[in-house]
Amino acid sequence: MTEWMFSIVDSLGARAVDAVRHLGKMGVFLGASLARAVIPPYRVRNVVRQIHFIGVKSLFVIVLTAAFTGMVLALQGFYTLRKFGSEGLLGPAVALSLIRELGPVLSALMVTGRAGSALTAEIGIMRIGEQIDSLETMGIDPIRFLVAPRMLGFLLSVPLLTAIFDVVGIYGGYLVGVKLLGVNAGAYFGQMEASVDLVDITNGVWKSLAFALLIAWVCTYKGYFTSRGAEGVSYATTSAVVVSSVLVLVCDYFLTSVLL
Amino acid sequence: MREGEGMQKGENPTGEAAGTHVPDGKGGSCEPCSLEPYAGERPEPILRMVGVEKTLDGRKVLDGVTLEIPRSQITAIIGLSGAGKSLLLKHMIGLMKPDRGQVLLEDIDINRLSRRELYEVRKRFGMLFQTGALFDSLTVFENVAFPLRENTGLDEREIGEKVHRILRNVGLEEAGAKYPDELSGGMVRRAALARAVVMDPEIILFDEPTTGLDPIIRNSILNLICRTYHEHHFTMVMISHDLPDIFQSCHHVVVVHNGKVVEVGTPGDIRNSINPIVRQLVEGDIFGPLQLM
Repeated sequence: MTEWMFSIVDSLGARAVDAVRHLGKMGVFLGASLARAVIPPYRVRNVVRQIHFIGVKSLFVIVLTAAFTGMVLALQGFYTLRKFGSEGLLGPAVALSLIRELGPVLSALMVTGRAGSALTAEIGIMRIGEQIDSLETMGIDPIRFLVAPRMLGFLLSVPLLTAIFDVVGIYGGYLVGVKLLGVNAGAYFGQMEASVDLVDITNGVWKSLAFALLIAWVCTYKGYFTSRGAEGVSYATTSAVVVSSVLVLVCDYFLTSVLL
Repeated sequence: MREGEGMQKGENPTGEAAGTHVPDGKGGSCEPCSLEPYAGERPEPILRMVGVEKTLDGRKVLDGVTLEIPRSQITAIIGLSGAGKSLLLKHMIGLMKPDRGQVLLEDIDINRLSRRELYEVRKRFGMLFQTGALFDSLTVFENVAFPLRENTGLDEREIGEKVHRILRNVGLEEAGAKYPDELSGGMVRRAALARAVVMDPEIILFDEPTTGLDPIIRNSILNLICRTYHEHHFTMVMISHDLPDIFQSCHHVVVVHNGKVVEVGTPGDIRNSINPIVRQLVEGDIFGPLQLM
């Protein structure tokens, strides 16, 4: 009986130590990546390439998602507001929902699915194909070469994608609210201008920056420490998307509670 | 006598007919390449491992390894799969750190270097990985040019000239615009060899350069390595399973088993060894002290 209890405590202890070690390793990886991102020499061409991959190539999915999100927000908002006779507040309802909450969160989730997963797979394949070791043997720092430009790419692209998401979402809401359901166009934008403050926009920007850092951190880390061949890459990619998405939602709650 | 000393041109250290014959179009000339020791060699080793120990997942994978890599000679490391050969290479170039012991490049303990210093030291090495480890998103030309672009101040014209010359030497001048997934196994190894030598390193490490290739391509790769040696007199360390063929392509052999060095000598010494482990390995016997897993 005592032996059995000891083995349980032993196992729990080992798991706890392993978790702490893992977190420490992630922390060191983040510190090393950010340090290399800000300390010269800069790899401007690599960063531009990453902005193209993460930002430009995500535009279509972001625009599509934003348009339908704005449209459904307007649809739902209209029927709710009509119960209180406040259809004129549809503009602020759509805009504030998008700018403060849905824009940063949905943009981050879309970018995770499209670019984060691809990035994990790419770095993971480089790891199992010994390409990262190959960089090391050439005297090239793989974190500076591979990870830092991707971190910067995420940090620069995600806030811009979020801004695009917000604008497209607002016009999606306009399309349904004004053109389809007959809300006054002047009221839609006028009320919006009166209700949306600069702090709402800056909060959204802070959120999108935090989410960008989270996604870049998790996805590059999972790829960089991939092992066990093709199965390992598959596991790392799935794990990167799941962990990033969950962390974005958890982080969103805490950021909202702090920024409100 | 040091291995290879006193040999005549055309002989290898085993005293046997040396060289690997290469057909045209496979990355080498029709002339077989033969080994002879580089006359300008210095007596001291360029790289030494002293009492290197490493444990991975509770298993001791390197157990007090002490060996010397002679300057400007080709050293082959042989042993069963899982004996610790690739780990030895990774320790030599500082990709892994030993739990105990030293890896000395001349008199520099590479495990005591800072990250920046280690990257500088690695520029003295070239390495050919078993899979080639070419960058998938770059063409053959770009792969070979990559270390030059990253580590030198050469302009594009100089880089282009150098890369074209090296690609011509390895028989890939027509394949410069191809991507790695468009190449055959032998072409990948030749492109990787071109990338390994493009920086004119002092030491080149080969991790099973001929594994998985057919005999003709394998001979062409060995011939290419031999010709590269004659041209540059790099120090070369090569892991290989190609016994006994590898004996004709090296000056010096290290036999590794269970993370330990069990025998060191010339190919002739290894062929004539009375150590039962070495004998079983060389003769390829199923029965003997080596347990197959």
